[in-house]
Amino acid sequence: MTKDKEDITLMKGNEAIAHAAIRCGCDGYFGYPITPQSEILETLMELEPWKTSGMIVLQAESEVAAINMVYGAAGCGKRAMTSSSSPGVSLKQEGISYMAGAELPGVIVNVMRGGPGLGTIQPSQADYFQAVKGGGHGDYKMPVLAPASVQEMADFTVLAFELAFKYLTPTMILADGIIGQMMEKVVLPPYQPRLTENEISTKYPWATLGKTNDRKPNYISSLELQSEEMERINLRLQARYREIEKNEVRFEQISCDDADYVFVAFGTMARVCQKAVALARAEGIKAGLIRPITLYPFPTNIIQELSTRVKGFISIEMSAGQMVEDVRLAVSGRVPVEFYGRMGGIVPSPDEVLNALKTKLL
Amino acid sequence: MNVCDIIKPENLVYEKTTVMNDVPMHYCPGCSHGVVHKILGEIIQEMGIQEKTIGVAPVGCAVFAYKYLDIDWQQAAHGRAPAVATAIKRLLPDRYVFTYQGDGDLAAIGTAETIHACNRGENIAIIYINNGIYGMTGGQMAPTTLIGMKSTTSPNGRELPVAGYPLDMSKLLAQLDGVCYVTRQSVHTVAAVKKAKKAIQKAFENSIQNKGTSIVEVVSTCSSGWRMTPAESNNWMVENMFPVYPMGDLKDV
Repeated sequence: MTKDKEDITLMKGNEAIAHAAIRCGCDGYFGYPITPQSEILETLMELEPWKTSGMIVLQAESEVAAINMVYGAAGCGKRAMTSSSSPGVSLKQEGISYMAGAELPGVIVNVMRGGPGLGTIQPSQADYFQAVKGGGHGDYKMPVLAPASVQEMADFTVLAFELAFKYLTPTMILADGIIGQMMEKVVLPPYQPRLTENEISTKYPWATLGKTNDRKPNYISSLELQSEEMERINLRLQARYREIEKNEVRFEQISCDDADYVFVAFGTMARVCQKAVALARAEGIKAGLIRPITLYPFPTNIIQELSTRVKGFISIEMSAGQMVEDVRLAVSGRVPVEFYGRMGGIVPSPDEVLNALKTKLL
Repeated sequence: MNVCDIIKPENLVYEKTTVMNDVPMHYCPGCSHGVVHKILGEIIQEMGIQEKTIGVAPVGCAVFAYKYLDIDWQQAAHGRAPAVATAIKRLLPDRYVFTYQGDGDLAAIGTAETIHACNRGENIAIIYINNGIYGMTGGQMAPTTLIGMKSTTSPNGRELPVAGYPLDMSKLLAQLDGVCYVTRQSVHTVAAVKKAKKAIQKAFENSIQNKGTSIVEVVSTCSSGWRMTPAESNNWMVENMFPVYPMGDLKDV
C-alpha cells in the first residue's frame, strides 16, 4: 500500500470504520444510533458516499431492521454492513443467525459496552461468548476479528468483507468502547470501486438480481423442513467452519520466545498487557503476550504449543472471564490458567494486571 | 369434430401463466393464497418484468412462495420483509420489489418494519394477506382476528378485555405520507379476482414510478384455520370479515 500523505489521518476508531467502508467498495450501511459507536453512522452521513461511490447509508428504525436490511442487500450479492453496541447487537442475533443459515456475507461491528441489560456506555469485552459461541440460535459460527488500534479498525473492515465473501458468512468486528472512541494515526485503505451488477452476477451467481432467461430463479432462504436435507446443510456449514479454522487463525505474539508466563488478551486489554509485559521484564519476570486477532477461529494451536514450555497463562479481560475458557481448552490442564478481569466499564491498569500475574501465577 | 380441431391458438380463451411453476402447491383447498399467486404470475408475465422482479417472502403459509413463482426471491425473517425489501430496492432501484406477507407477519411481529418502510415511502409493493388467523402454525389468534372469532388461542372467541381490538393496518398505513396507494381487495369471486389483479398491477406500477409505498390488502380465507369448507369460508368472510375490513381504496394519491 502506498502511503499518500493525505491518507494518513488522526481519527477515532469508529470514524476509521466509516472511511474504510467507503474505500473498500461497500454498497450499503444500515445502522441505528447507540453509544459508543454512533460516530460510524454519523461519519457516513457526513461523508455522503451516495454522491461519490454510490454507497447507500440508511438510519433504520431499529437494530432488528438494520440487520435485516443487511440480509436483503447481501442476498443481492452486495457488500453490506451494520454496526451497533452490545444491547443493539443482542437485537441483531436473529438476523445474524438467518444470515448464517442462508449463507449470506455481511459485516457486523460490535463496539462493546458493559452489560448485562442496558448496562453502561463504558467499554467492555463481555460479549465474547455471544460473538464466538454463536449468539443467535442454531449451530453456526462466524469469523470474529478483534481490533486493538484505530489502524486495525480500518484494516479489519476491509478484511471482514474479504472473509465474509470468501466463506459466505456473516463476519463480526468485535471492538470495545475504547478502540471505538480513541483517536490515533491511521493509514486509510486505498479506494476500490464497488462491484457492478455484471461483476456481481458473475462472481455470485446466487444473488437475487432478477431472474434472467439463462438461469433458474435464485432464492435466499434458511428454511428446510426435510430433516435429512437440513442436516446436510448443517454439515456443509460445519465443513466451512473447519476450513475457516484451518485457514484464518490470526494472532500476535509478543516476547513469548523465552516467556515463563503468558498473558492472553485481545483489543484494549492486549495493549494494557503489552505494557504489563514490559513492566514485568523490568522486574526480571519473563512475561509474554498472546493477542488473539481472530477470536473465532481461536488461536488454539499456539497456546497449546506454548503450554508445553511455559509455567502458566493468565487471561486478562474486561469481563467476568469468558475467553479464559478457550485458553483452558487449548492448555488442557498442562499448566495453570488463571484469569483476571474487571467489569462495568472499568479498564484494568498495567500495574493491576502485573499484580494479578504475580499473585495468581508466581 | 374431434378435440384436436378445437385446441387451436385462435380458440384459446385462457392460458395459465408460465411465471407460475408447474408444481403441486402446499396450500389448503379454499385458501386465497393460490389465487393471489396466480394473479402475481399473470401480472409479472403481462408486464414483461420477470427479469426485473424480486419478491420477499414472509414467515407464514407463504414462506414457500419461491417454489411457485418463477422469479428471484428472498425469504425474510418473521415480520422483517419490509426491511429486507427496503435494502433490495435501495440498491437495485430499477427493479420491481414486492413483499408478500400475512397478517401475523405484517400486523403483529413486523409492525415496526411495516410502518417505517411505509413512512420512508420505500418504492415497494406490499401484498398483505389478511385472513384473521395464523394459518401455518395451526390457527392461532392474529392481531386481525375478529371479536368473538374462535382460534386455538381464543377457543371461546376473541374477547375484548383480554385480547384487544382487531388491528386495521391498512387504515393505519393510509395515514402515512410515504404511502401513495392503499386498497383492500378479495379474491372470492371472478369479479373480485379481476379487481384485485388491477390493484396489484397498480401497486407494481407505482413502485417503479417512485410514487411511494403501495399496500394491497387481500382479505382472505383460511378454511383449515377457520374449520370450515371452502364454500362456507367464502360466505363467512363476506358476512363477518367485510364489515370490519370493508372493500375498496383507502388511499390513492
